[in-house]
Amino acid sequence: MSTLFATVRADDQNLPLFLHVLGAMTLVGGLFTGAAALAFARRDGRWLRLGYWSLLAVSLPGWVLMRIGADWINSEQGWDKLPEDVQPAWLGIGFAAADLGGLVLAASLVVGGVGVYRLRSGKGSGLLRTTLVLSLVLLAAYLVAVWAMAGKPD
Amino acid sequence: MSFDDWMLALHVLSAFLVVAGLVLFWLLVLAVRRAETAESTLALGPLTKLADAAIGVGMGGTIAIGIWLAFSVGGYELWDPWIVAAIVLWLVAGAIGRRTSLAYGAGVRKAQELRAAGRSGPDAELLALNRASSGVVLQALASLVVLLILADMIWKPGA
Repeated sequence: MSTLFATVRADDQNLPLFLHVLGAMTLVGGLFTGAAALAFARRDGRWLRLGYWSLLAVSLPGWVLMRIGADWINSEQGWDKLPEDVQPAWLGIGFAAADLGGLVLAASLVVGGVGVYRLRSGKGSGLLRTTLVLSLVLLAAYLVAVWAMAGKPD
Repeated sequence: MSFDDWMLALHVLSAFLVVAGLVLFWLLVLAVRRAETAESTLALGPLTKLADAAIGVGMGGTIAIGIWLAFSVGGYELWDPWIVAAIVLWLVAGAIGRRTSLAYGAGVRKAQELRAAGRSGPDAELLALNRASSGVVLQALASLVVLLILADMIWKPGA
């Protein structure tokens, strides 16, 4: 791996990798911020909304950018032409985290959206607490994915 | 995974931590603009400490592990142009971050004064300090420099 790390990529792989990493950083930053705000809010409606909007306006675009960059760099490096049984483990971890994580993110946004709607009518914040838990699970999963993508375990 | 692979993973995770702290600071920049009382300003303290901790640990991890990797991984030297550029940009980001803290620290000090004086209502001077454009500009600059560091790490100019 160190040898791979030391090599300079072909120029046409740099932009997709940049977008992939930038998207992943935005995604993780939004999850960290959203979870922090939701945890900090307790029952304060303003902070609950800020936490939810961090997920919607930061994490979601980050996920889209990360996923587009992933497909692009995957294609540029030719990983998509390899049979699945010879693909490296880190690639599988990355795609699993991206796709399953995307589903969980979508679920947390839907649940949180209903929770924000219920806040307006003075109902409880239980659904946003569910969003907080899902955000923390996602954050942990994406940190494992970052470790796998960067360290590339066999 | 070799030891270098672990260090690279920790280096990248540290960079993610820096960005996480920066995004949280952006939320705080937005939130403090509506804080017109001492209580609402000082209530941001715990989240500010969390963002400070994320950036502090992340910045420390990126530079320490980054320099270690430059010595340890074959094919790289500390004086490679892109590594020198990354270190310079890291120093610039740190300096801007300190200026940003000072810019928002004025509002915190004012809020502490108001609380000590027992004034709990809205205060125009406090709101003006919390809305100072210098803090937003510095935060934007810090974010831009971190973006440049990421671009430098990917494109490795001069490598």
